[in-house]
Amino acid sequence: MNTLWTLLQDPNMQWILISCTLLGLSSGIIGCFSYLRKQSLMGDTLAHAALPGICIAFMLTGTKSILYFLIGAGIAGVAATFGIGWITRHSRVKHDAAMGIVLSSFFGLGIVLLTIVQHGGYGNQAGLDKFLFGQAASMVGSDVLTLSIVSLLLVSVCYLLFKQFKLVSFDPGFAKGLGYPVAILEQLLMFLMVVAVVVGIQAVGVILVASLIITPAVSSRYWTDRLGVMVVVSGIFGALSGATGAIVSSTGASLPTGPLTVLAATLLFVVSLLIGTKRGLLVRRLAQQRMKRRLGYGFEEQAATASVDDRINKEAAL
Amino acid sequence: MSSAKVQSEASVMERGDVVSPLTVSGLSAAYQKKPVLRGVTFTVTEGELIGVIGPNGAGKSTMMKAALGLIPRLGGEVLVYGKPYKQQRKLVGYVPQRESVDWDFPTNALDVVMMGRYGHLGLFGRPGAKERAIAMECLAKVGMADFAARQISQLSGGQQQRVFLARALAQDASLYFMDEPFAGVDAATEKAIITLLQELKQQGKTVIVVHHDLATVEEYFDSVLLLNVELVAYGPTKDVFTQELLQHTYGGRLAFLERNSLAKTDNKKG
Amino acid sequence: MSDFWILLTGVLVAACSGILGTFLVLRKMAMIGDAISHSVMPGIVIAFLLSGSRDSLLMMVAAMACGLFAVFLIQLFQNKGVQADASIGVVFTALFAIGVLLVSLFARQVHLDQDAILYGEIAYVHWNTWIVNGMDLGPKAVWLLGVTLIIIVAVISLFYKQFKLCSFDPALAAACGIPVALFHYLLMGMVSMATVSSFESVGAILVVGMLIIPAAAAYLLTDRLGMMIVWSVGVGILSVFAGYGVAVALDASIAGCIVCAAAALFVLAFLFSPSHGIVAKKLRLRKLAA
Repeated sequence: MNTLWTLLQDPNMQWILISCTLLGLSSGIIGCFSYLRKQSLMGDTLAHAALPGICIAFMLTGTKSILYFLIGAGIAGVAATFGIGWITRHSRVKHDAAMGIVLSSFFGLGIVLLTIVQHGGYGNQAGLDKFLFGQAASMVGSDVLTLSIVSLLLVSVCYLLFKQFKLVSFDPGFAKGLGYPVAILEQLLMFLMVVAVVVGIQAVGVILVASLIITPAVSSRYWTDRLGVMVVVSGIFGALSGATGAIVSSTGASLPTGPLTVLAATLLFVVSLLIGTKRGLLVRRLAQQRMKRRLGYGFEEQAATASVDDRINKEAAL
Repeated sequence: MSSAKVQSEASVMERGDVVSPLTVSGLSAAYQKKPVLRGVTFTVTEGELIGVIGPNGAGKSTMMKAALGLIPRLGGEVLVYGKPYKQQRKLVGYVPQRESVDWDFPTNALDVVMMGRYGHLGLFGRPGAKERAIAMECLAKVGMADFAARQISQLSGGQQQRVFLARALAQDASLYFMDEPFAGVDAATEKAIITLLQELKQQGKTVIVVHHDLATVEEYFDSVLLLNVELVAYGPTKDVFTQELLQHTYGGRLAFLERNSLAKTDNKKG
Repeated sequence: MSDFWILLTGVLVAACSGILGTFLVLRKMAMIGDAISHSVMPGIVIAFLLSGSRDSLLMMVAAMACGLFAVFLIQLFQNKGVQADASIGVVFTALFAIGVLLVSLFARQVHLDQDAILYGEIAYVHWNTWIVNGMDLGPKAVWLLGVTLIIIVAVISLFYKQFKLCSFDPALAAACGIPVALFHYLLMGMVSMATVSSFESVGAILVVGMLIIPAAAAYLLTDRLGMMIVWSVGVGILSVFAGYGVAVALDASIAGCIVCAAAALFVLAFLFSPSHGIVAKKLRLRKLAA
């Protein structure tokens, strides 16, 4: 406890903690919209796609500036979303395969560029591979500032355009009828997701950053049926995970921040799944029993659990 | 409502010695928190065409899927020719809704029909010349022989439905479940399908069809099963397909029904 | 000689993943393939910590168990109302995080490089050979992949009709009495196996590319399932050769170049496939208009 306290007094640590919390908050918030639009795995694709962008930014500028990396990764992310849209629109390849194709080919390209950077005379490349798993401690003051500002911007855009995003996520057709620029809003949401992913990469890493987009949003769904509340809860869960990752990583011996953050988020998910007040398993089990009683199957408790297992198998099949 | 139920239960007892193709008792099923099928009980007569009628969300497809064991039951029993369904699979043919499969799948019409034979092939058996011949024959029966080598995504909706039907024929079953075979097909296909159903009936087979178009019920089916989560009524079409029972089944949607029945009487006059 | 072993390893990876990828793409489970390839990670690390060697049977079993566990969890969460996409994301990130954390925690005991797991060491494949009674029998990776390929080919060809029907129309398959769930897990088990056998050579993540990209290209080139498998394997093998050539020329990651080559071949199929390519479609439209 003492060491933790001294750690928290360290100004550098304070900054890292703040920026990890903020980026957890912003990805939690933006993740809600992508969850509701059934685009959770887009976050994963965008994160993998960011790798070549980061490498190219480094090769062009020769510096490890977060701002340039953000720009490079952002461009790569936008290219990836267009790639997926293009494949699904113009061929019979389905959305999931298109994501897989774009994800792995961009990542493959990123790895190729990374090895070229490592073998070439680029110098000063040490630490570029930190982007794979994330290392918050490697952030310097200016990085922290950039990340925090971008995160805050993200949160404010979501706050200002909340009503539009809500309608676009729920019923784009109706939103169009109201005269909303739906295509632009959808692109904007996608772009915000790109930004959230890119911001998270430094702390969580390319491979795992998707977790911050997906897991807090899924967890928050168990606590509420209202979007406004869901966004707040998801933001809090994201922030908690980010903070936990940063703190544990700085106390333990050279543990990467990324996996710790992800596991913190996963823990929150498991708790929500079990005891969430709206859709948690406990609540549902009670509701199911009530229904069984109403149907007159109150005494078939064992049969019911058996049928749940059965159903898992069946649905695995379908 | 209850009179029809009593009647069907009575007929079970009378015909105790004859084994019915399908006996369903107390069948219930639920999605998430909502029961969609509650205590459905009926016994079908061999060699009949049976229409399953009810509003959207009445559990028509669910009843078929629960009877076939495709979704878990909350309770109830299903007997096919007097034995549990699992032992009688080869006697049962199933035509799922057309939208349930991916028509971009790399395969052609003949190949899809041959899939109907897979249940007869055993664990390691491979489809050969015999299966190919059966499949061609079945395709010919639905008027699709010319399309055997056509990739399935290049067939029209009606043609796809006919391929599905040919596949069911290839299963060579005695009891068929068909989930909305008439949905979204052209007039020619509808005619082809109903001719085929009549043929199956003449061969002594039993066909249970989920059906939407109330205007054609009296023309197509020998018996009608009215369903709205619970069984409303089951029996011969002339006894069950009445204004009163339909109103009971469809609840508040009276206006639609009255217009519909008016249209029907007009048809009869014309 | 090293060229030969590297290419042979690549070809075996292409064959294993080409066959399985076809079914993943057709069942719209491409991202499940991605999830499995990430999720085998903790299994690999735990087996490594227990046995201390990289090529134990234990590792294969543990990794397969992890892959199947991931599939099971994804299914479980989906049944509890989590969207398909999201449940994949939650599960694989969690399992992969555990794997990475274990590697970092036991970095000193585990001579298991994160880099190796991620982008593979196909270039060093011929260094690690299997020696029996002083006889050099060739690289272990080749043996491992060879056995995996034989198992995959055997299982798929024995149960071809079941896999086909389960992919096309699972409802009918179930109604026919085919144990659909069993075949589902059998396929997933084989995907885990292929991932583990490949991870040493092309890396856990690039396996995804070899699973999905050649199969998707094949999907655009043919309308028959059997031919699709052949094309898928063919595209995979072609990208191994092309990718290796490029990698040598650029002095870059071999696995990365192979995946890039596969992506390039996909783009070619996407544009110029005679049946489903963009150019062919445009030409047909023009002909109709004229």
